[in-house]
Amino acid sequence: MDGAQRVAFYRQMVRIRTYEETIRANYHADKTPAWDIGAGLVPGEMHLSAGQEPVAVGLCAHLRDDDAITGPHRPHHLALAKGVDMKRMTAEIYGRVDGLGRGRGGHMHLFDPSQHFSCSGIIAEGMPVAVGQALAFSRKGTDAVAVAVAGEGAANQGAFHEALNLASLWKLPVVFVIEDNDWAISVPRPSSTSISSNAPRAAAYGMPGERVEGNDVEAIHDACGRAVSRARAGDGPTLLEIHTVRLWGHFEGDAQAYRGEELAVAESHDPIPAYEAKLRADGLLDDASVAAAKADAQAEVDAAVAFALASPVPDPSTLSDYVFA
Amino acid sequence: MTMTETEAPAVRRLSTAKALSEGIALEMERDPSVFVMGEDVGAYGGIFGSTGGLLEQFGPTRIIDTPISETGFIGAGIGAATEGLRPVVELMFVDFFGVCFDQIYNHMAKIHFESGGNVAVPMVLMMAVGGGYNDAAQHSQCLWASFAHMPGMKVVVPSNPYDAKGLMISAIRDDGPVIYMFHKGVMGLPWMAKNPRSIGPVPEEAYEVPIGKAAVVHPGTDVTVVTVSLSVQHCQDVAEKLDGEGISAEVIDLRSLVPLDREAVLTSVAKTGRLLVVDEDYKSFGLSGELAATIAEQDPSMLRAPFARVTYPDVPVPYARSLEQAALPGRERIEAAIRSLVRA
Ligand SMILES: Cc1ncc(C[n+]2csc(CCOP(=O)(O)OP(=O)(O)O)c2C)c(N)n1
Ligand SMILES: [Mg+2]
Repeated sequence: MDGAQRVAFYRQMVRIRTYEETIRANYHADKTPAWDIGAGLVPGEMHLSAGQEPVAVGLCAHLRDDDAITGPHRPHHLALAKGVDMKRMTAEIYGRVDGLGRGRGGHMHLFDPSQHFSCSGIIAEGMPVAVGQALAFSRKGTDAVAVAVAGEGAANQGAFHEALNLASLWKLPVVFVIEDNDWAISVPRPSSTSISSNAPRAAAYGMPGERVEGNDVEAIHDACGRAVSRARAGDGPTLLEIHTVRLWGHFEGDAQAYRGEELAVAESHDPIPAYEAKLRADGLLDDASVAAAKADAQAEVDAAVAFALASPVPDPSTLSDYVFA
Repeated sequence: MTMTETEAPAVRRLSTAKALSEGIALEMERDPSVFVMGEDVGAYGGIFGSTGGLLEQFGPTRIIDTPISETGFIGAGIGAATEGLRPVVELMFVDFFGVCFDQIYNHMAKIHFESGGNVAVPMVLMMAVGGGYNDAAQHSQCLWASFAHMPGMKVVVPSNPYDAKGLMISAIRDDGPVIYMFHKGVMGLPWMAKNPRSIGPVPEEAYEVPIGKAAVVHPGTDVTVVTVSLSVQHCQDVAEKLDGEGISAEVIDLRSLVPLDREAVLTSVAKTGRLLVVDEDYKSFGLSGELAATIAEQDPSMLRAPFARVTYPDVPVPYARSLEQAALPGRERIEAAIRSLVRA
């Protein structure tokens, strides 16, 4: 892999992390003195993706604007890596009229048709939708692919199994990506899943399955490349499971008492400093380029937040808009 | 005997969440066939605190964290119930019923009927409902009318700690399936804005609150206000405020939709001649329409003012606060509706 691409991966991961850190800070900033989930400029549940950037970056490097992603309740990293407009996404998270969904959707319901990006707060329910997008792409004769992303907890939901079977039966251009961050809220993977890797489940549906360890953006990029090429070539779906890490709580405000000592171990596996060290050792990054990556990211994120704050809140008289087409 | 020992014991006050989990714990102590399963009911204690402390007390064979497989574990609850256990199963949010409704309404609710009464399903399916904290379209609905519409399930909707405990105990002891819907806003959670009514006196011992019996939570003479769940608290607040102005509202907490205590509503309306229904569920085809029909079938001349309702409009729950607050049946809308009813 050439150096420029590796630096681009690093910068994209820093961009996503900066976004999540900023949303996190802003989310908590005005929930004082008593923390109230419904208070502040960004209220409601907030599921952030810190630690999972390598999945989004390694995957989306293979995707074009006309490829689709259906994401889960933890969608920001995927949206940003896919190319969803940061300003309009942020305005949606702030519930403003210039948001992707004009303030109706919120952070679990981001829809960007120009990027064929969507997500849902109902576990695994985006997976059949990706199958349908792939069906449309193949009917239209394009070589676009659809990617369904969900957590390891979602792989025990019926919709996951039905979607895999359909995609394989109809030989559709779908890539199923399971982000295994070891946890589904407070339930550790061994308490929810009878096998330690989802790769063998692919065989049950007649498709290749692969588990990627290490949370390494380059290894993830390789595996996603094989799966996306296979789909684009018309050879059918693939199931990838990527072992990643959830650095923060399930949602903001989660005290994570259930994680015990595992939390410190997880925190020591932050993929961004690890990748930075690698690129420094290879002479691709230095203090100046690292600082520039962070400053550029912060400037872009600050501009997005400013855009959101400048946008009006929806007028209550428009409450009934968009219920029907 | 010291002075402190002769004093009346201080009234113990609990949050609704604590009262609810205490109700489960008391039944689990009494009856070894009772067990709990659902997502994050163990170490987490339920996302909204409904099972707090139960894992520590009863261990993981009776407090079971499940995979995210609602059809699987709700169906398993049904099977366990038909074989004589008494499962308390949690569906984390009512909004997720879409992934598992077949088990609920084609199986849990119908087995007793289909078997000619020969197979009982003594099971509680509890779930969080309601909005008001900007959790948007898939995590804020009430949907109780959707369950109440389908025969075979009792539907319980507590508004306060005392009822939450007593109704849970009644639900567990019931020989048929009970849907137990707790509004996040009545749970008294430390991390969500709350009405002080979400923390209240709760006796330590086990007691039942009968399912199907409404409570008059604020007596009055000018207008009958019928409601459930978090809206009860809002209506009590408004009624207390209006007392000071000589407007006397009678607030009825139905406490369950199925069975529906129509008698309590008719008795009150016979006295007041005015009916307002306050409902956080969607407006159409729901509780408010059912109560209007109840009056119409009995005697429309009971009403000296047109029937009125303050409900959630037929719109998915929006994320933006400006929109959600306008849609919710809040105190201002309730107060305005009562004022215009008593003028009519
Ligand atoms: C059908 C359904 N059941 C339960 C939930 C509640 N819920 C939200 S996120 C979550 C855990 C998801 O775990 P995983 O799929 O591993 O994704 P992660 O949060 O780890 O990214 C649960 C149980 C839901 N949103 N939808
Ligand atoms: Mg997970």
